[in-house]
Amino acid sequence: MENKEKGFRIAVLSGKGGTGKTLVSVNLAALQADSAYVDCDVEEPNGHLYFPMEKEAKTQVYSPIPQVNDDLCNGCRECVDFCRFYALAYINEKVKVFENICHSCLGCGLVCPTNAITFNNSTVGTVSTGKHQGIHVYSGSLEIGKASGIPIIKELLKKSHKEKRLVMTDCPPGSACIVMESIKDADYCVLVAEPTIFGAHNLALVHELVSLFHIPYGVVLNKCTDSKNPSEKYCEENKIPILAKLDFDPELGKLNSDGKIVVWEKEEYRTIFEEMASRIAKEVGHETVVGIER
Amino acid sequence: MKQLLVLSGKGGTGKTTVAGTFVELSQAKAVADCDVDAPNMHLVLKQANAPERFDYMGMDKALIDSETCINCGLCQRNCVFDAIDFLPSTNENKDQYKVSDFGCEGCGVCVYVCPVGAVSMMPSVDGALELFRNGRVFSTATLKMGSGTSGKLVSEVKQNLIKAAPKEGFAILDGSPGIGCPVIASISGVHMVLVVAEPSVSGLSDLDRIVATASKFQTPVALCINKADTNKEKTEEIRRYCQNNQIPLVGEIPFDQKVVEAVNQGKTMAGETGPAGIAIRDVYEKTMGVFWRIQGSNELR
Ligand code: SF4
Ligand code: SF4
Ligand code: SF4
Ligand code: SF4
Repeated sequence: MENKEKGFRIAVLSGKGGTGKTLVSVNLAALQADSAYVDCDVEEPNGHLYFPMEKEAKTQVYSPIPQVNDDLCNGCRECVDFCRFYALAYINEKVKVFENICHSCLGCGLVCPTNAITFNNSTVGTVSTGKHQGIHVYSGSLEIGKASGIPIIKELLKKSHKEKRLVMTDCPPGSACIVMESIKDADYCVLVAEPTIFGAHNLALVHELVSLFHIPYGVVLNKCTDSKNPSEKYCEENKIPILAKLDFDPELGKLNSDGKIVVWEKEEYRTIFEEMASRIAKEVGHETVVGIER
Repeated sequence: MKQLLVLSGKGGTGKTTVAGTFVELSQAKAVADCDVDAPNMHLVLKQANAPERFDYMGMDKALIDSETCINCGLCQRNCVFDAIDFLPSTNENKDQYKVSDFGCEGCGVCVYVCPVGAVSMMPSVDGALELFRNGRVFSTATLKMGSGTSGKLVSEVKQNLIKAAPKEGFAILDGSPGIGCPVIASISGVHMVLVVAEPSVSGLSDLDRIVATASKFQTPVALCINKADTNKEKTEEIRRYCQNNQIPLVGEIPFDQKVVEAVNQGKTMAGETGPAGIAIRDVYEKTMGVFWRIQGSNELR
């Protein structure tokens, strides 16, 4: 799985967190020396727990927030009327800004006739980069109390886009616009699903999402047991390739919950993930004819 | 209406199983699923009758009238969300500026900057709200794929519940994952948050962020540990975390294959006799103890 030209991007997603998305993405990244891992779950970032960074470089991510110069403001309320997010109010003859709901569209600055509005940078979170055992790690973190991690995800993707290696993107949970941001540029999507009706329901949601983007995809079934698997049934009915079935395994669960990379811990797990990787390479190979080899 | 919200930071921790079981045990008459990105509660709370449905109107979306547009590009340059694409001419079409289906946040800047009035804002149906009245009022919703305004939808799910069951004294809400906008909207106005935590490095990290978020909105928190026996050291760490942060620990639920089976039969754990069933009932008793004690002391204040 290598493409020297632009890097090959695999996005790992699931309708919900906790399905093993991070397990799958960190271990696939760990199989290949010199790969990159991008954790786009900026609300609850966990990837850095598996790949603690040596020489971590942190950068702040800012969003512009309006600041009103009361001396220049004539109280016309054009800005308040313009803001569709109700982030501005005119109270006690002053414009008040509700920072946490401002979307930083800059519109109020455009409409103000007296140029009373300027923009200050307000921190929304951080992006950290570093290396762990040769793997290039990108991780973002939303500041507590801030509404949207999108600026941080954009920054993460921008930074990781320069990578010319295999890039594993660990997407945020759900199927909202924030997920779209992180899969938009993927070459392949891996959907991770649990063997419950919840799992199958969430799988159907992300399946609909990846179908919109016309990106090739396959499913990893996690925590499989002998009992019936509604997610597997969903894959069969919808002719979705099953890349791997990971059995429910307390030992794997324990290693993973301790923040260990299981492919580095046990040969047995390495084999399982290698098979998964070659299956992906094969799927990619016959979906799009590019020079991906393992 | 006193509201108990169940949160977990991340999904998959058993949050919906716990919330669903609580609903049956408490016989709560007012219930909402605030996880509008991936609602699951309806899968365990079987409903006899079809719901009332309402359109959810998200933010308006911009639309460019290509007849009027003079291709000046001002809208594209001013859209900070990169939601306007330039499509070079093809056999069928001339050059075109077009608003992308997913990127538009509805800020209206493009309408303001367009010199020829080619852009207008159009109402957009971004999802559906559903209200079930089958002995209990159950409010839920689904967001249309890729819509970004889920915080607003969460608020509407809660408003729907309160409007439909104004006299109910107690409500259980299933929250959404994360710490961002939909979670903030879930927390707003509730009287206590029950965090369902998992004993893992990820679980501890998520737990810390969700507790910090709840404290930021001055909402009391209680905590239970799910699958507590899968990693004893991490369970111990969570216990210590609770002690150090003065968070009531309302119980520990062991891993139990019966949970998966119950979920797959569309049932809660309320009637289950296995270890997890017994533990959840105990967690329920303790949670309600803490909940009403907090409400009592708030009323005395
Ligand atoms: S920048 Fe946009 S969202 Fe923020 S206050 Fe101004 S108009 Fe409102
Ligand atoms: S538009 Fe400018 S002048 Fe008018 S109320 Fe807003 S800040 Fe004041
Ligand atoms: S309304 Fe705002 S986000 Fe949408 S296209 Fe116009 S400028 Fe961009
Ligand atoms: S600003 Fe108006 S005229 Fe200019 S490209 Fe945009 S829609 Fe067309």
